[in-house]
Amino acid sequence: MHKTAIETTINGERVEFLCEPRQSMLEVLRDVLGLTGSKEGCLTGDCGACTILVDGRATCSCLMLGVEAAGHKLETVEGLAQGANLHPLQQQFLENASLQCGICTPGFLMSAKALLERNPHPSEAEIRYALAGNLCRCTGYDKIVRAVLEASKATTSKAA
Amino acid sequence: MHAINYEAPKTLKDAIALLAQHGEKARPLCGGTDLIIQLRAGVRRPDHVVDVKKIPELREISFDLQKGLRLGAAVPAIEVYESADVRRYFPGLQEAAHLIGSNQIQSRASVGGNLCNGSPAADTTPALIALGAKCRVAGPKGERMVAVEDFCTAPGRTVLQAGEILVEFQIPVPARHSSDAYLRFIPRNEMDIAVVGVGTSVTLDLDDDRFVDARIALGAVGPTPIYAAKASEALKGKKIDSATIERAAKLAVEQSSPIDDMRGTAEFRRHLVGVLTRRTIGIAIERARLAERR
Repeated sequence: MHKTAIETTINGERVEFLCEPRQSMLEVLRDVLGLTGSKEGCLTGDCGACTILVDGRATCSCLMLGVEAAGHKLETVEGLAQGANLHPLQQQFLENASLQCGICTPGFLMSAKALLERNPHPSEAEIRYALAGNLCRCTGYDKIVRAVLEASKATTSKAA
Repeated sequence: MHAINYEAPKTLKDAIALLAQHGEKARPLCGGTDLIIQLRAGVRRPDHVVDVKKIPELREISFDLQKGLRLGAAVPAIEVYESADVRRYFPGLQEAAHLIGSNQIQSRASVGGNLCNGSPAADTTPALIALGAKCRVAGPKGERMVAVEDFCTAPGRTVLQAGEILVEFQIPVPARHSSDAYLRFIPRNEMDIAVVGVGTSVTLDLDDDRFVDARIALGAVGPTPIYAAKASEALKGKKIDSATIERAAKLAVEQSSPIDDMRGTAEFRRHLVGVLTRRTIGIAIERARLAERR
């Protein structure tokens, strides 16, 4: 099958890659670009483990074709930390013990980032709704919600 | 997933030409939240996927007090939900758009795709029927308008012929003293498929004590979404009281034809049609009374 050359922006950097039209954005990230932070869970858009941001909107990368990335701005969990400095959300996930196995964590972080960019000071209910598309099967949601609440207090909308 | 060709035409004309050329072997792609799952599962096996998101007409959302709402078929649910005009003039449609899946799904899934997927349980479809929305369909032989309630023909099937594409919805300007509401029943708080969904719009007289007009639409209780004509007619010209609303709810139940499945029994669904019809009428009345005088 022929491959298509796609130009896009990932975590602020211009990226060019080759992919088949049938490949999902998740496959491209993981298998073509080596960005394995985004996880494969259900492949049906239910679990949120593959969540990335596309033009600032939380999106399931398993339900997007790699060829659709052309011309858009993508963000993945790999773009969160600046060098050795963790993003405030990552820091709060650590401090609140908001992860155990960690498979769901990149997706939660990206959904939370999308939320805080639009709504820097969400209520607990707003956080729970915004994270409804992310499933966690070991830690439970309270610690995750607490981490997002703490991060929203710790940051300005810009830093989030 | 099987190998596919991907094309993203930038004009409606090019999209129609591609879809007409490939016929049954082509499938339009919008948000992909249904199609990509169907491709992966082998439920649909088109050779050509035609991405319609780059066609300007399909991405427009605009409101005008003369022309009403024009909602491009590819506008994602989250933009419908965030639209100040939709919030102000069509709160029921806003509710329905907000109920489709998670934020991740709403970023991609469109109201047009929700209809074209042909599910009887699509949340936005009863809301659109309640508003009297019309579909602008373009194809190789020109354009035609189809009422939303006439669009779905069976589960997963629609009136679209080879080469035809849903371009936009046209929703009339709401009358004075009118409003709408959408409710669905699911056994959880969110992130589920409707067991039953009901969309209702009402127009009241200037004293707010009689129904001038009403439209009630039912989801997930038949092979397609249903316009409940008898229930809607039963409200027109009647005084707003519990007997009138009860009669409309009873007629809506009679017009539903639900099945038993894993989401609920037919009996429970009929019960829900009555409950949700009463409640959506009540909410729409309250909103119509409170609506800014237009």
